[in-house]
Parts: sequence; structure tokens; C-alpha cells
Amino acid sequence: MNWVAWKMLTGDRAKYFGTVFGVAFGVLLISQQTSIFVSLMRRTAATVINVRDAQIWVFDQNMQNTEEIKPLSESDLTRIRGVSGVKWAVRFLKAQTRARNLESGTFRQVILLGIDDTTLVGAPVKVIAGSLADLRKPDAFMVDQAGYEYLFGVGEPIRLGRTLEMNDSRAVLVGVVDAHAPFETFPMVYTRYSQATRFVATERKVMSFVLAEPQDGRTAEQVCRQIQETTSLTAKTRTEMIWFQVGYYMRSTGIPINFGITIVLGFVVGTAIAGQTFYLFTVENIKQFGALKAMGVTNLGLTGMVLLQATIVGLVGYGLGVGMAAVFFESTKGMTHLRGFYMPWQVAALAAGAVALIIVSASFVSLRRVWVLEPAIVFR
Amino acid sequence: MTTTLVEQPSSAASAMTSGVACRNLIKEFGDGDAKIRVLHSVNVDIPTSELALLVGPSGCGKTTLISIIAGLLFPTQGDVVLFDTPQSQLRGRRLVQFRAKNVGFVFQQYNLLPALTAAENVSVPLLIQGVARPQALERAHAVLEFVGLGNRARQLPSQLSGGQQQRVAIARALVHEPRLLVCDEPTAALDAKSGQTVMELIRQVAVQPGRVVIVVTHDHRVFDYGDRVIEMADGRIENVTTRTTLG
Repeated sequence: MNWVAWKMLTGDRAKYFGTVFGVAFGVLLISQQTSIFVSLMRRTAATVINVRDAQIWVFDQNMQNTEEIKPLSESDLTRIRGVSGVKWAVRFLKAQTRARNLESGTFRQVILLGIDDTTLVGAPVKVIAGSLADLRKPDAFMVDQAGYEYLFGVGEPIRLGRTLEMNDSRAVLVGVVDAHAPFETFPMVYTRYSQATRFVATERKVMSFVLAEPQDGRTAEQVCRQIQETTSLTAKTRTEMIWFQVGYYMRSTGIPINFGITIVLGFVVGTAIAGQTFYLFTVENIKQFGALKAMGVTNLGLTGMVLLQATIVGLVGYGLGVGMAAVFFESTKGMTHLRGFYMPWQVAALAAGAVALIIVSASFVSLRRVWVLEPAIVFR
Repeated sequence: MTTTLVEQPSSAASAMTSGVACRNLIKEFGDGDAKIRVLHSVNVDIPTSELALLVGPSGCGKTTLISIIAGLLFPTQGDVVLFDTPQSQLRGRRLVQFRAKNVGFVFQQYNLLPALTAAENVSVPLLIQGVARPQALERAHAVLEFVGLGNRARQLPSQLSGGQQQRVAIARALVHEPRLLVCDEPTAALDAKSGQTVMELIRQVAVQPGRVVIVVTHDHRVFDYGDRVIEMADGRIENVTTRTTLG
């Protein structure tokens, strides 16, 4: 009877596509909005995500996020280096400053990242133009790809050697890097730590973080505990640091509530559309199910038919919905303002779970009508 | 083909050795003050190889009676013996299987599946019984030839006239060679000529040795086709006339 179920489902093309697109639209809403929310939250942790070569982040114990920094003293670095289990520890500076394009005179607020002079720990992994080693040159800086457009103009070809002015100091572009986009649409400027201290207004203490690595045989968690016990500073693993930052935005901004509402609405609207269209599809066929029941199809057989129809609608609708969401992210990935927005596989899995829940619920609601259906209905 | 499902007749059904026998059928709907008795101790026998017409005004209980005979409704009291098998001995899956093998239905509104072609619709009762699709379709084509619609096998119900759809429905009702054929107002939605064609078909094709055909009808034009006319009123059998009496 699977074949009959398939024909019943697809026989009326308009009804079939209406049902499938109902599900697809629901999946699109859920997957697209959830992906944007996840991507946005991920952007808040861009500073941490972009550092791939250190497992441990150490910072002041009163600091709540990586945007509001209370700098550490140089002696803190020495103390951290002395903690048992620490293989190495280096300075890391994060600050905001104003950068002026010396060619055009325009300026932008930039995120300035000062990485260790000697080891260059903290630099992004992927260099698009230039060489990381060129950062050792005087006044050198590198900028992320979107930042290059913000500073020098959209569509402007990459040309090294261009100059900026930061805090009355000249800075020379030596490379362009591929970095995870930050929450703010600011260029991310990478330079040596010593250079960075010249590019920001001078304070007595400027070291934002200490990046460290555990010795072989020690885990990052163990060493973090050791640092906290020894120095009273806060130490977190890279993963903990990402969640620390995301957690702050989740707790302290309206983003999760607003997106949460959108996602819940997407889920409700998706459920309503997908569930109702499938429910109506079954109800509109109730007389046909009655005829089949009269002819000897059992409730179990009818359940199998409805579930098969639901599975087909769910799979096709899910494929279309996730496909449309994927097309959205694929087609916008080249846009400077939307870089870093993508659909994580977990969101696709969540949407699959949601559509399964929607379809199974709608199936069982409509199946209740089929189960209690008196086959004698066919004589009425 | 129904040997496994056909039970020995009970003592209550001893009067019948074949066909349909209704014994003291009572059917009530609702509870308490809202209870309505639709059938009042209905007793009727329909031998095999006969076409019985069940007639009477609307609301007299015809549909309820054929629903019970066909195993679609349970009586409140009494029993129906179908081909020596008391229905009271069949419940759940056994009743469904019995119905699938032994009962064919022709509905007033045809109830063809609109997405299936004529041949595919006719093959459905065989598919329900687990016959493979190619064999079911082959048999369906043969039966469609038999009812004069061999050249319409690939057409959808929407592409057929009312009379043709009803002939497809008859083919569907007969494809698995049931022993009981229940037809509910088969000519009600048809013009006179189509109705005549359909009744001739039922008379010619359906009434076979060992088979009982029951036709519920309001249509006086079809009375001539019946071997037995069972008149109902207010949930009771008022009169039974056989062909001999009819002359």
C-alpha cells in the first residue's frame, strides 16, 4: 500500500507542493534565523577564535568580557610564567583606536591587536597577502580582509605599503589576513605588542591578556586552575574563553531575547504552516481513508500510509528549506558586512529534529481522525 | 479462498447454510436519553446467487443495515451470518481480513482515489490482500475489459463520466472476487441511461453462483433488476418480495 500512499500524496500536485513548501518555509525560518543568531554570537568571541596557538587566556579577575578590559601589569606576566605547568606565556593587547587613512584622510575606529614581538603568538593563521614575518618590520601592521575594505575602500585591490596614522604614529600595511569577523564592523589591525603600545593612548598598564600554553603532560584546565590559585588572576581555556564572551552577550544584551523570539516565532509559524497543511491534507483525504478502511486496510496499515506520506513531505520539505537557507548563506558569504555568517551543522540537525517533531505531531493529530474513523462513513 | 476464515455455523444460524442471514438485529446509537434505536429486531435472509434490493425512505435504517451486514458497524444485539460465518465470531483483524476477502463495495459517490488511474483504482483490493502490483494491475485490466472499460484503464477518475466511474467502482468491487457485493445507491448520481447500464452490469457480472449482491436504492427504475426486494420502514423490515412474487 506504500505505492497507493505515494500516489495519494503526489497525485494532486498543487496540494503536494503546498504541503511541501509549508514544511520548507518552516525549516527555512528555523534554520536561517538560528544560524544568524549562532553566527552573531560567534562574532562576539572573534578575538578568542582568531588566536589558534595558545590554549590558555589569563586576565584580570574582575573583567566581564573582552571588550571592557582592565589591563594587567608586567609583573603579572612574570608571575604567570613562574606557575608550575606553564610552558610559555606571552603578552596580548586588545584595544580600540582611531586609524586615519593618510592617502584619503578618512578615518575608522579599529580593533588593535598587539601580538608577542618575538614569537608572534596570537596572529591569525591564514595570511592572504604579505608574510607574517613582515610584521617585524618597523611600523608594520596587518589588517583583516574586510578591514582593508573599510579602511581603503570597497573593491579596492590589495596593495601593500599603504599607510595609516594611529595615535600620531605612522603605520605601514605589510599584509592582509583572513580573520573571523568581529561583532562590531571594525577593521582588525594586527601589529607587534611593542608597536601596538605606540598606536594607543598611553596608560600605565596596557597588557590586556596573557596567552599561555601548558607544559607537555598537563592539561589546559589543570594549568588554568594552577594559575588562578597562584596569581588570583582569572585563567580560562580557549573554549571556556569563547563561552565566557558569548555568555556575557547572552546575559547582558537583548540579542538572545530578540532572536529567541524570532526563532520561537519561526518555530511556531513553521509548525503552524507545516503541521496544518499536512493535517489538512490528511483530513481532506478522510473519505478516501474511510473507503480503504472499508475495503480492508487496518488502522496499522493506514498509520503506515500516513507516516510514509509524512516522511516524504518531511524529507522533501526539509531538503528544500535547508537548501534555501544554505543558498542564502552561500550567496551572502562574499558580502563584507555578512562575512562569518554561516549555517552550522548543528543548526541543520536542529531543524531536522524540529521538522521531525512537527511532522510526527501533525501525523498523529490527523491519525487520530483516521483511527477513530468509522468505515461506515463511506455510506454517508 | 476464504476457507481459513469461514467458521462453522452457529445454532442461531442453522436456518442458513449460505448467503446472508440477519438474526434479531438491533442497533442503537448514543447513550442515555440521547439513545436512538435505528434497527428493531431485523430478521432477513438473502440466499446466494441473488440480487437483493434494500428499499425504503430516507432514515429508515437501510445504510445502517448494510453497514452491519458488511461488517463496518457492530450491532447492539443480534448477529449476521455471512456464508455460514457468524460475524460475532470475527473481531478486530480477523473481521478486517474477512471483509477484505469476502466483501466488495460500490459507493454512491464512487469513492475512487483521484490520484490513481482506473486500473490502479481497480487493483487496490488486491494490493490490500498483498498481491504484487504487476499481478494486481494485470488482473485489474482484465476486469476493466469485462466491464467494458478496457480502453479507459490509464485514465484518471476525473477524466471519466459518472457512469464510467461507477463501472470502475464495480470493477474494483469485483476484482478480488468477493462473495458479498454491497452497493449503496449505485445509480443515484447517474442519469437514466447510465443507471440502466450500471444495473445491467451488476445484474450480469455481479450475480454469480455463491455470491450475494445487496443494492440499497431509492430508484424505482431499478426494481426490475432485483430477485428480492426488501422494504424497510422505521428500522424494521416491512415486506420482502421475491422475483416469483414479482412475476
